[in-house]
Amino acid sequence: MSADREEKAAHIRRLLDTEGDSVQENTRVFNQGRYTAVEDLEEYEELKTRARAIKEDAIERLPELIDQLTETVEENGGNVYLASDAADANRYIEEVAGDAGTLVKSKSMTSEEIDVNEHLERAGVDVYETDLGEFVIQLAEESPSHIVGPAIHKSREEIADLFNHEFEPEEPLETAEELTMFAREYLGERVKEADVGMTGANFVVAESGTLALVTSEGNARKCAVAPDTHVAVAGVEKIVPAFEELQPFIELIGRSGTGQDITSYLSLFTPPVSTPAIDFESEAPITENDAEREFHLVLLDNGRMAMREDPELKETLYCIRCGACANVCANFQHVGGHAFGGETYSGGIATGWEAGVHSQESAGEFNDLCTGCTRCVNQCPVKIDIPWINEVVRDRINHGEEPSEFEFLVEGLTPDAEPSGLDVQKRFFGNFGTVARLGSATAPVSNWLAELPPTRWAMERTLGIDRRRELPTFANETLRDWFVAREGLPAAEADREVVLYPDTYTDYVSPERGKAAVRTLEALGVSVIVPDVPESGRAPLSQGMLSTASVQAHEVYAELAEHLDAGRDVVAIEPSDLAMFLGEYEKFLPERSFERLSENSYEVLEYVYGLVSNDPEKADVLSDGPGRVAYHSHCQQRTLGLEGYTTTLLEELDYDVLTSTVECCGMAGSFGYKEQYYELAMDVGYELQDEFEERGERDRTVLASGTSCTDQLDALLDRKPRHPIESIAPGPE
Amino acid sequence: MSTVETFEHSLEGLAVETTRLAPESFEEVLEEIVTEPAVGARPGVEGVSLEDTAVALDPTPHQLEEAVTGVTGAVLGIADYGSVVLRSTSDGTEPVSLFCDDHVVVLDADDVVADMPTAIGWMAANVGDARESAIIATGPSATADMGALVRGAHGPKRVHVLIVES
Ligand code: SF4
Repeated sequence: MSADREEKAAHIRRLLDTEGDSVQENTRVFNQGRYTAVEDLEEYEELKTRARAIKEDAIERLPELIDQLTETVEENGGNVYLASDAADANRYIEEVAGDAGTLVKSKSMTSEEIDVNEHLERAGVDVYETDLGEFVIQLAEESPSHIVGPAIHKSREEIADLFNHEFEPEEPLETAEELTMFAREYLGERVKEADVGMTGANFVVAESGTLALVTSEGNARKCAVAPDTHVAVAGVEKIVPAFEELQPFIELIGRSGTGQDITSYLSLFTPPVSTPAIDFESEAPITENDAEREFHLVLLDNGRMAMREDPELKETLYCIRCGACANVCANFQHVGGHAFGGETYSGGIATGWEAGVHSQESAGEFNDLCTGCTRCVNQCPVKIDIPWINEVVRDRINHGEEPSEFEFLVEGLTPDAEPSGLDVQKRFFGNFGTVARLGSATAPVSNWLAELPPTRWAMERTLGIDRRRELPTFANETLRDWFVAREGLPAAEADREVVLYPDTYTDYVSPERGKAAVRTLEALGVSVIVPDVPESGRAPLSQGMLSTASVQAHEVYAELAEHLDAGRDVVAIEPSDLAMFLGEYEKFLPERSFERLSENSYEVLEYVYGLVSNDPEKADVLSDGPGRVAYHSHCQQRTLGLEGYTTTLLEELDYDVLTSTVECCGMAGSFGYKEQYYELAMDVGYELQDEFEERGERDRTVLASGTSCTDQLDALLDRKPRHPIESIAPGPE
Repeated sequence: MSTVETFEHSLEGLAVETTRLAPESFEEVLEEIVTEPAVGARPGVEGVSLEDTAVALDPTPHQLEEAVTGVTGAVLGIADYGSVVLRSTSDGTEPVSLFCDDHVVVLDADDVVADMPTAIGWMAANVGDARESAIIATGPSATADMGALVRGAHGPKRVHVLIVES
């Protein structure tokens, strides 16, 4: 186990040192580009909704669409081959290639999936990648590190070295311009001599047999039309019913991917195309070339039809491979696809793809790098719940594991519903609630014990908890103990009643933010109840322990139902728990229960903001500025669109607020504690540190809404961060 | 802004030059902007023709390779995006618009539409239903794969759109 973790840590460290900078630079450009490009797009949300609806419908009717497409393409004079798997597809493609000497190819992840290059090379065909990034990868004998920019992990210098070494040009190539022109020339020659052109397809229209190819370089056009034989390889999920339905995708794909409004070329070929093929040996005008055109569409199943039957993996088939989920991912930005890499795909949605088309093991290699922060969810043009797919696959992997030798360590403490083979590290973090309960009951002894070097050493060896990470200190008195012992505002004297959700962290580790919330609410005329509610299930969910998370979701609802019946709102302090109520609970609870809970649950500052907006005079009781604060919102809070309540409220209370433009703290709960990911978590965190430590900002009080962010900021800065509610709460009773 | 003005504005943002002209001045303007050798495909725009220009129609593959400029027509302009829609029919528009360093696009001002939904609507009938092929081309070809943005990866490095107003 621990050797495994060490190996992972070493791999990540290597990537941070070698590829990290280039990946970061490139993904950032794509990412920022997307923000700007979608900002200008008025109908962005509407386009996404339509794109998703089209995909849902197409996947639903897939068998029928495959038949229709087959008929159409044959009517047009082309051939369709439905390949069941990689070997089947390769056999057919080899047959089509026949005795072709040279085959030119434009970028296609689907063809990467079947390793067609290797197969054709073995059959004696020279295969050339014409997309420049893909060409670099082919020369370097590497695998793509990103589904849109395969070579983004390479710097210009590295590419120049590669070219100079490989081609030994008279004058060494140096600039991007020189490198591009050299490749254009070289690959232009290959296009001229090619017998077959191979492309992928971003979309295929069932009604007309039209292929949509999205490129910026123009190489797909050359590959598809210059040689007289064209083979297109496309996953069956690429089919859309009608031509008009291409529109939302055309408007979304460039923006989502590289942040361009549209890429230079969007080819809409209905093959066999009527453009004359070019015989570069011929003296006759191009337009007189009447060489018979041959077209083959290889539709690849390779697990996709089974994914369609799998309720959890099905959504993966809506993916249009734009790469937005990779670009927005803080971890991806720092290490790139070679850390995330399965066999073919990389980035957030790769888990779904790898599990579907390759194997669970292949998905498992990198699945842990998804921290479940949800930042990708709003960026996906077809609204796929990518983190959920990650959790599901994680759960399935958990079920396949053999029991470990350290199992006994966590077993006694873990009354969870998971199989015995579950990784002990995951089991420990998935049961953090139990750990916290025990730790708090035995504090301060447990705190003292936990910090002793031998304990830290043992925790690292067995559970993989990094020794460098400071552990949370359990409070002697929990929030609930404090609450029960005090006299609050009686319901009879209050305007309304709420339930304050005592999340594990607030209850056992940081009761002061809970106390501040109670004081604030009461001061605003709200009677508060802090009931004995179990954990939300966030901790087990993020370890892929779905059964345990589900059990907890039901218990939480059972406990809160009566309060909801009594008309009490639920106020949550921890955004990741609120996100469970508003999001994941939909998967666990009956529809009506989910609706009732989600419609009545609020984030604490959102709630306070609402109270104050309704009655501005109430703000007088709150502790106001002026004060200089630096605020870092929480990832799930941002996804839910809740950040604004905190910043606006602080500003209305006359605070001078600096918000972090850095979008991630890098910690994401258990992730940053894990030995194998500690360095990556810190690497991401340094950006936030830089921002908050800039000259002139060091005096600001640091505020953060999420516990993981608070932990991380605490590790990164000299100043101790606090929850915003602690700043605005009226003085202690 | 009129649709054509929006179109011009979008093209400006893509570093694409535009010239608005009357059919009568077509040959004169063309002569100025075309770098020879040049090849072309009949633009199919009313009132203009390449017959009496230095642009070689129906080029051989060799001419195509040697040419600096390729002149073709476009069937549609999309104002929002600054895109032009090029046909891939038997007249050679596709290779002429793709293989040369400079691409000169000839477009009828009346064929500029406002946005993508309108363009796709038109194309659904004239490309999809007709089982034809076309390219939505936006600006010159480009790549950032070599460490910086470079124009002219596989296709043209420069694009110039002539908007013919009759
Ligand atoms: S999952 Fe969504 S964001 Fe990620 S590549 Fe697919 S379509 Fe793009």
